[in-house]
Order: sequence, then structure tokens, then C-alpha cells
Amino acid sequence: MMSFLSYFINGVSLGSVYAIIALGYTMVYGIAKMLNFAHGDIIMVGGFTVFTIVSTMGGSPVAGVLASIVVCTVLGVTIEKVAYRPLRDASPLAVLITAIGVSYLLQNVALLIFGSNARQFTSVVTLPPLKLAGGELSISSVTIVTILSCIVIMIALTLFINRTKVGQAMLAVSEDRGAATLMGINVNGTIAVTFAIGSALAAVAGVLLCSAYPSLTPYTGSMPGIKAFVAAVFGGIGSIPGAMIGGILLGIIENLAKAYISSQLSDAIVFSVLILVLLVRPTGILGRKISEKV
Amino acid sequence: MAMLEVKDIQVYYGVIQALKGISFEVDEGDVIALIGANGAGKTTTLHTITGLLPAAAGSITFEGTDITRTPGYKLVSMGIAHVPEGRRVFAQLTVLQNLRMGAYTRKNRQEIEETIQKVYARFPRLEERKNQLAGTLSGGEQQMLAMGRALMSHPRLIVMDEPSMGLSPIYVNEIFDIIQEINKDGTTVLLVEQNARKALSIANKAYVLETGKIVLSGDAKELMNNEQVKKAYLSE
Repeated sequence: MMSFLSYFINGVSLGSVYAIIALGYTMVYGIAKMLNFAHGDIIMVGGFTVFTIVSTMGGSPVAGVLASIVVCTVLGVTIEKVAYRPLRDASPLAVLITAIGVSYLLQNVALLIFGSNARQFTSVVTLPPLKLAGGELSISSVTIVTILSCIVIMIALTLFINRTKVGQAMLAVSEDRGAATLMGINVNGTIAVTFAIGSALAAVAGVLLCSAYPSLTPYTGSMPGIKAFVAAVFGGIGSIPGAMIGGILLGIIENLAKAYISSQLSDAIVFSVLILVLLVRPTGILGRKISEKV
Repeated sequence: MAMLEVKDIQVYYGVIQALKGISFEVDEGDVIALIGANGAGKTTTLHTITGLLPAAAGSITFEGTDITRTPGYKLVSMGIAHVPEGRRVFAQLTVLQNLRMGAYTRKNRQEIEETIQKVYARFPRLEERKNQLAGTLSGGEQQMLAMGRALMSHPRLIVMDEPSMGLSPIYVNEIFDIIQEINKDGTTVLLVEQNARKALSIANKAYVLETGKIVLSGDAKELMNNEQVKKAYLSE
């Protein structure tokens, strides 16, 4: 029983990381109507920024985390401006191919700078683990910090979208870009803010991921990126609570599959579940039903 | 000086020239109608004015400011609102959220609340349905919402694209009555319509477009009696 709880909690924690990444995917998809396949590699950039500040330069973990958020935000906004904005009216396929290109570019630049050897990432969370049930159940501090971060981000993001002007602009742009312009909303500016938020979240996810799984290579971001994309589709792409639910469920399924079925097959199981969900609900768990009256 | 001056604008879709040099003026306080058949360039003209399409040549001046190259979203705070063809309400948002979106460029919360009350007074149906999703409204109600939403920005010039399209005759009359009321309250109206008879009946001046050019213009009442207009647009 205790081991089940432990697997379950670790699953929630891994799922929280997927959820934070998936939020970036889903927001960008909802608002800019594109799949940003370079999103996963922003995570890796975030990880290397912390590594450089903390391990190479001997800075404090807090400085490392802040620097990584700044670097990723600037990077995300720059990528949007340089690579995606000129393609605003191009076909979705052209944008998708560009995003894949940006992904390879980031991986290869990291490869040039840091090489292909895995770096040992020192966890930025250094608190002692939490012991429950007389020491039978031990939850690491990274796990707790990850789950808490996820909850805080979810609440903050929901408030941001529902309570602020920029949030309202995001809702309008996600529904109808042309009509949003007619309301006086700067569509390009709104999309840039979306990329900024998504990339800042990717930085946080990168730090949490590398703290839990402390091996850092230029390809670190790609698998979690793909899984978070699956989580976003699973929950209903474009939906913020959907990304959250999809991410956490995915983490739980992956961890339980690893523990009870097969650690080699866990990824296959995760992707099979996605296929099953999409067969039953093609728009994902919380995907929008089309309820327009014409 | 006219409120809106459009001078010789030319617009292309790729290599196809949609507007072949269009000039007209809108005086403050007027209702101006642009009429013409499908594909004559009416919507293109409006989209060029409100910055959704770029003009290849020519100039557009609003209250003395050149707005030819001004991005569309900046025109709202300058005083131009656009009720688009097909209404384009935010279907997944409620009626009230749609109205608030219309006031996006305004800051004073109290004034926004007052404007919402004014819009409700003009469109009581919107108040009844304020918490309903806009996508579930009927076509006529959506048209009212699109107009109410445009009024939320406190425009001095309101541009309307085919407000009567696809509506039942009762709604058509209601919508045209409301356009007249909006105009009486001091908002200048630039109206694009395929329903030429209705448009001419409420307009001061009108311009007739054919394949990207203005072929006729003048006093709306006179155009109504013009043989050419009668034959081509009033089906007499």
C-alpha cells in the first residue's frame, strides 16, 4: 500500500512537470493556432542556464532559476518574432516545419556549446524529504515543490486570464483574430505575451525536471516535450484545465505502468492510452464541443 | 472638412485588383451607404479603411489624420468601430463578455458600466440574454450584439458591413431602425449593404460600386429614383 502511494505521488509530481510544459503548448496552440514543437527544447535551455549559473559560475540556485526564466522568456519571444511572426498568414504546415527546424537549431546550438556528454545537474531544492506514516512513506522535497509549483501556476494563470485585460485579449484572439483586432486588441502583441508566458513556464518545468532527473543533455527537453504535447492533446488542446488534467493523468499512468507492468513498456502504454482516449473522445477530455448555432 | 476622406485607394488580392481607385467622403453626422452587387468591392473598401487590408495606393484620412498605414487595432481608440460582415461575435463568450470586449480600449470602469446600461436600453434582448453564450443567439440577436459591442468603444464613426444579411424581414426592419437611432444620437454611419432599397431609405448620400469602381454617387433619395439604380439594384 505504501509503495503504491509512493508511486502515485511521484506520478503526480512527474505529471505536474508535464502539465506545466503542456500549458505552454496548449496556450500557444489556443491563441496562435500553431504547434510550437520547439517548446520542449526551451526546457533544455532552461536547464542549461541553471547549470551554467549554479555549477559553472557558482551562483545561488535562486539566481539560477530567475536567470533561466529570463533567458527562456527572451528566447521564446525572439523565436516567435523571428521565425513564426513572418509566417502568420502562411499555411499551418509551413509553420509546423519551421517549429521543427527551430527545435533542431536549439538542440544543435546546445550541442556546440555544451557537447553531448550528460551533465550532472544539482537539484535546486535542497530541503530534507518529508517522512510520513512513521518513516514508511518518504516524499522527496523536489516532489513536493513540483506539485506545489504546479498548483500555484494553475491558479495564477486562471486568475490572469479571467481578471486581466491581457488575459481577456488572449481569449478574444484565440476565438477570432480578425474580430479581436476590431476590438482594438493588438494581436501580435498578445501572441508575443503568450509565448513569453509559455516559455517562462518551460523554464520552471526545466528546473523541476532536472532537479528530479538530474542528467542534462541537449536532448533532455525532447521526450518530456513530446509527452507534454500528448498530455495537452489528451486533456483537450487549447484548454488550460485540460492541459493540467492531461499532464497529471499522464504522469500517474506512466509511473504506475513503470512500477507494476514494465518500465520498458511504460512509454508505449502512455501513448496507447492517448490513442484510446482519442478514439472515444476525439477532442480530448475537456476539448471544446462545437455548440454554435448558425 | 469631411470626417473620413478616402482618396483613390487601390487594393490587390495577389495579382487581382479588387479596388481600382475609389474616392469618397463621409461627413460628420451622416449616414453614407455603399451599395453594389457581390464582388463589387464593398467589403474590401471597409476592410481597407479599418486597417484589415493594406492599400497599394491612395490615402485615407480620418478627422485630419492620415490612417492609411495605421494598424487596425489602433483605429478603435481613434474613434472608428467596425461591425463586421457575418457578425463575428465571440461565440464561446457570454453576451456580457462580448460587450466588455468591445470596451477593450477604454479604461474608466464606471463609464464602461454606464455604456453597458445604454446598450441594454437600446437592445433589451441583450440584457435578457446577458449570461448566455453568444454562439447560442439567433442571427438577429447576434447582429444586435455585434452592434452593441461596436458601440461599447464609444465610436464617432461606425462602419457596418451587411448588417441585414441573412436576417428575417422583421429583424431587417428593426436593425435599420436601430441604425437610424444610433445615427440620431450623434454617431456617423458608413453602411455597406446589398439591400439597396433599405440602405438608400435611411442614407443621406450613397455611392454605387461596380467591379472595384464607383460608378454613381449622389443624394440617396435621388439615387432611389435613378433609372439605372432602379433597374440594377431595386429590381423594378
